[in-house]
Amino acid sequence: MTHQPYVRPMPASWWMRQGRYMRYMIREVTCLFIGLHAFVLLIGTYRLSQGREAFEAFLTALWSPAGQLMSTAILVMAVIHSVTWFNLTPKAMPVWIGDKQVPDWVIVAAHYGGWAVVSIVVLILAGRLS
Amino acid sequence: MARSNKPIVWSLFAAGGTVTAFIVPVLIFVLGLAVPFGLLSPDDLSYAKVYGVIAHPLGRLIMFGLIMLSLWHAAHRSRTTVHDLGIRNDHVTAIICYCVAGLGTVLAGVSMFLL
Repeated sequence: MTHQPYVRPMPASWWMRQGRYMRYMIREVTCLFIGLHAFVLLIGTYRLSQGREAFEAFLTALWSPAGQLMSTAILVMAVIHSVTWFNLTPKAMPVWIGDKQVPDWVIVAAHYGGWAVVSIVVLILAGRLS
Repeated sequence: MARSNKPIVWSLFAAGGTVTAFIVPVLIFVLGLAVPFGLLSPDDLSYAKVYGVIAHPLGRLIMFGLIMLSLWHAAHRSRTTVHDLGIRNDHVTAIICYCVAGLGTVLAGVSMFLL
């Protein structure tokens, strides 16, 4: 008789059973859109290196209805990534000052504040470039 | 103690998660949506201006770092999510995920030299 380790059967659809499992899975799947965005940047940089016409063709494709749909999906999933990431930061990286632990909400609020500053600065710079 | 590459990929995952959480929403909005929505003019993303920003040595470094960290974040999280979905062949999953990230990193590096 051989002894195999017991692996409890788990259907691949386990995450559809409960709202919080579903939220967990959505949080994990945001990474596909972060990866997709990386490839958008990669292709954009490569097209930029090929010259003006190539870069303008890249932007035309990105601004087409299908491109806007993709960008919207990336934006929505990226925002879910940001919110879930910042909300978890105090759990992953607790901060101590002396022998006192900084409250979770302070760490989360600091990240949201930084996120707002970064976003506003990029928007202003993008508008100022012209 | 057994040697493991876990700390390396985990730190890339964590760094990528943090950097992308701050920058990706505004970046995809500016690049992909602001002009079609009429909030920026096409001139704001003209070839000359974008080239001026990205081809600057600092611009190249930032763009390379952002692409690389995004890819390694996505690769590591994809790997664990595939496992969560019941596919237990972690060695194969890991090789595929990290090879895609590695290839993308190399292509990003090449693109920075082509600029």
